[in-house]
Amino acid sequence: MIALRARARARIAPERSQYAAAGLLWALAAALVVFLALPLAAILGKALSGDDGHFAGLAQFVAIAGGERFWSAVSNSLAVSVTTTLIVLPLAYVFAAALTRTRMPAKPLFRALALIPLLAPSLLPGIALVYLFGNQGVLKGWFPDGSIYGFSGIVIAEVFFTFPHALMILVTALSVADARLYEAATALGAGRIRRFLTVTLPAARYGLISSALVVFTLVIVDFGAPKVIGGQYNVLAVEAYKQVIGQQNFPKGAVIGVLLLLPAVLGFVIDHLLQKRQRALLTARAQPLVVKPNVWVDGLGVLACTLIGAAMLLILGTAVAAAFIKLWPYNLTPTLAHFDFDNMDGGGWAAFFNSVKLALATALFGTLTVFGGAYLAEKTPVAPVARQLVRMLAILPMAVPGLVLGLGYIFFFNDPANPLHFLYGSMTVLVLCSIAHFYTTANLTATTALKQLDAEFEAVAASLKVPFWTTLWRVTLPVCLPAMLDIARFYFVSAMCTVSAVIFLYTPDTVLASVAVLNMDDAGDTAAAAAMATLIVAVSALVCLVFSLTAWWLGRKTQAWRTR
Amino acid sequence: MNRDWQQTSGTVADALRIERVAKRFGAFTALDGVSLSVKKGEFLCLLGPSGCGKTTLLRIIAGLEAASDGALFMTAGESERNVTRLPASQRDYGIVFQSYALFPNLTVAQNIAYGLKGRREDKALRVTELLALIGLPGAGSKYPAQLSGGQQQRIALARALATSPSLLLLDEPLSALDARVREHLRREIKALQQKLGVTTIMVTHDQEEALTMADRVVVMNHGVVEQIGTPEDIYARPASRFVAGFVGQSNWLAATSAGVGQVLLGDALLGATVTPPRPDGHPLELFIRPEDVQLHANWSPAEAQVANTALAHVRKIELLGGFYRIALSVPGWGSQPLLADVSRGEFERLNLSPERLVPVSLPANRLRAFVPAGAASAGATA
Ligand SMILES: Nc1ncnc2c1ncn2[C@@H]1O[C@H](COP(=O)(O)OP(=O)(O)OP(=O)(O)O)[C@@H](O)[C@H]1O
Ligand SMILES: [Mg+2]
Repeated sequence: MIALRARARARIAPERSQYAAAGLLWALAAALVVFLALPLAAILGKALSGDDGHFAGLAQFVAIAGGERFWSAVSNSLAVSVTTTLIVLPLAYVFAAALTRTRMPAKPLFRALALIPLLAPSLLPGIALVYLFGNQGVLKGWFPDGSIYGFSGIVIAEVFFTFPHALMILVTALSVADARLYEAATALGAGRIRRFLTVTLPAARYGLISSALVVFTLVIVDFGAPKVIGGQYNVLAVEAYKQVIGQQNFPKGAVIGVLLLLPAVLGFVIDHLLQKRQRALLTARAQPLVVKPNVWVDGLGVLACTLIGAAMLLILGTAVAAAFIKLWPYNLTPTLAHFDFDNMDGGGWAAFFNSVKLALATALFGTLTVFGGAYLAEKTPVAPVARQLVRMLAILPMAVPGLVLGLGYIFFFNDPANPLHFLYGSMTVLVLCSIAHFYTTANLTATTALKQLDAEFEAVAASLKVPFWTTLWRVTLPVCLPAMLDIARFYFVSAMCTVSAVIFLYTPDTVLASVAVLNMDDAGDTAAAAAMATLIVAVSALVCLVFSLTAWWLGRKTQAWRTR
Repeated sequence: MNRDWQQTSGTVADALRIERVAKRFGAFTALDGVSLSVKKGEFLCLLGPSGCGKTTLLRIIAGLEAASDGALFMTAGESERNVTRLPASQRDYGIVFQSYALFPNLTVAQNIAYGLKGRREDKALRVTELLALIGLPGAGSKYPAQLSGGQQQRIALARALATSPSLLLLDEPLSALDARVREHLRREIKALQQKLGVTTIMVTHDQEEALTMADRVVVMNHGVVEQIGTPEDIYARPASRFVAGFVGQSNWLAATSAGVGQVLLGDALLGATVTPPRPDGHPLELFIRPEDVQLHANWSPAEAQVANTALAHVRKIELLGGFYRIALSVPGWGSQPLLADVSRGEFERLNLSPERLVPVSLPANRLRAFVPAGAASAGATA
């Protein structure tokens, strides 16, 4: 009590302009609670309730654990995730090493190739594999008797899908290298292999663990690839989808959702702990490593990257080709017939335009929300409780798979007792869900950019009696413009490609392109699915290009101060 | 409060008065009851070792940090107002940070005009005026990144001065610059401050900076004020062992008190200023600046009569540019090491060499005795 009063006395009256900031912070904190924390609470509540809707403790978990089907799904999920991780890591490592530790030519090209999968939904590699190795596949001899449908197919698709995620982490890990350690090792007579084992690997250790965690989690919660190419091979993510969508068994779906949350949360926590340690690794005195050209090493780099890049292109190219070919592989005449979506089941062209609408709205409102939130949390001294709440909730989505978030949304908003029930089935809820789903990465970008600004800008402005929004408008926003464009691009592409969360939330009016891919593939219209997937990639790529050009143009126009 | 008012009325008014300001971060006390007042037009330096709370005090004055206890008063026009709880924008000051915090995407002119209000032409006029004042005319259209550190520093100063604040706050404004630029800017800032007559508080941990620039220096340690005084006071009459050790070079000799104004050093009784007086036999540390130690060319009866004089061994002679530093030890005073600085002319006259004994005296008015440093206030000695 005394301490409380003492604190109240010690406070400085806030500037008038700061009341607005406090209001906005509380509004954002409330929004994050409603659109993130409560849906997650809803999924937990649902998992703990019986079929009649009353509290049933762990009964559902027990019931599910008794089923044969459940355990086979668990072991299948684990097998697929572990195998994919074991394949992706060495491939991504070699690729990352070639990008960072050699002087091979055409690095930007290889990098762009490797990032292609980010532009496509995880359904695309599945479809491509059907055309390559499936029943009518050109190379079906490689996987006889339809053995591509199942374990092998899922693993290959997931390798394609997760490769860029692992690559980005490893590139970051490998680009920080202390040249002094290599010099010391060389001076002590360590050979190439010894240097790799004693210097390179320990430094990249955290990057490797971190990317392994990311890949494992991505695979175990992904249901796009197994849905398309999995055949009878049942995995947890698909099982959750079937329970909720197919059998309307919400509690069972919730239980699987909660179980899928476990590896994600665990991975998140481990990664968080590791990052704290990683910081100490690179001291201020580290010397950047200057890579010397070496014909053999550079040649090997080119070879490895070409092989991997070619595989990427093959998968993407197959899906694109299938979209334009009359009847694969019997009639190879080019056609646009597969793009006649309106005469097929799955949502028609409306689905495509819905997706573009969703992506635009998510990019616009997501960027504003994320940047505004990060700004208020980082740069204003008001409403400390709301600020802390926003910071904590902002990192939560990283640990929540889209599938789980989507389940949470359906349980939360589908509840007629919820005053926000009217949102259910609307485009708005899809936008909100997508913003929440990708919040952490976007927020990280914004926070990093904001942290690079001098912490005293706001203090200087206050001393000059300038309200905070003037500084935000004249200084903070212009300086952070490149980061904001990055966030908008990320949101657009993510919303364009996502399936996992939105699959539970769309209605016939709000069906999306990625969902249409799934539905058309389900209905046997694989070529049309390939066509829609191709469209998604095309739009994503186009938008990336537009953003790059905009950033470049704005850079020339408004960022003149960056050059000395 | 009444008393304070009477003290200052009639002469110069206090621009800022700080009363028993305390700051706690959790269980840690960063400031512990700091009181001081700044006269109108005065240049005040907050000097102290790293972590002593200088920046915290400055930020409390600026309203960027709230005081846990105590009060601040600023004089605006005729009246004094309590600003303890006012936000930064309602106090009247300009501030320059160690990092300068110049807005990187705005030109120099836009930076300087950032706090100005009114018509565009008036602003432009004021900016031109300020650019001339800081000696950078024509730099208005450049971006901060295109300027050197020293130039950026002056732009930050101009921005802080643009609105003609009644108080200027500087947090280590020169610490990011190299030595030569720093020395030059010291003089420039001081000249500018005198020309404008703006009340200024500068934080620094560089004693030379504080002594050359300030009208008065506030020496801080561990969140408390150790001494407030003119540079001459601080240097020649340090009020505590910490101040004596922190500012300038010093000799420290272990002794014990022996009567009023006397101390026992080795076997000899010496006259010294003992602050505060101590009972006989109390351990003391004697303090004297090396340049106050006097050496004599020969041991004549006249010298022998001088108080506090004894014969010393010359241990080492070092040339430090403009003067010599002589390391001595005096057998009669317990053979503790003693440093003396002598000018080159003096050195030639003394005809010193390492083999010789030389008469040395410690003038009683320069020899000060302090209670030995406890664990709490271990000061740096020379
Ligand atoms: N926000 C804070 N939370 C906790 N402790 C703090 C905070 N700000 C400052 N301190 C502590 O208060 C003490 C005084 O800090 P302050 O920045 O005022 O030191 P300083 O005298 O300016 O030192 P320097 O010369 O290094 O700048 C330090 O020990 C510091 O660690
Ligand atoms: Mg400081």
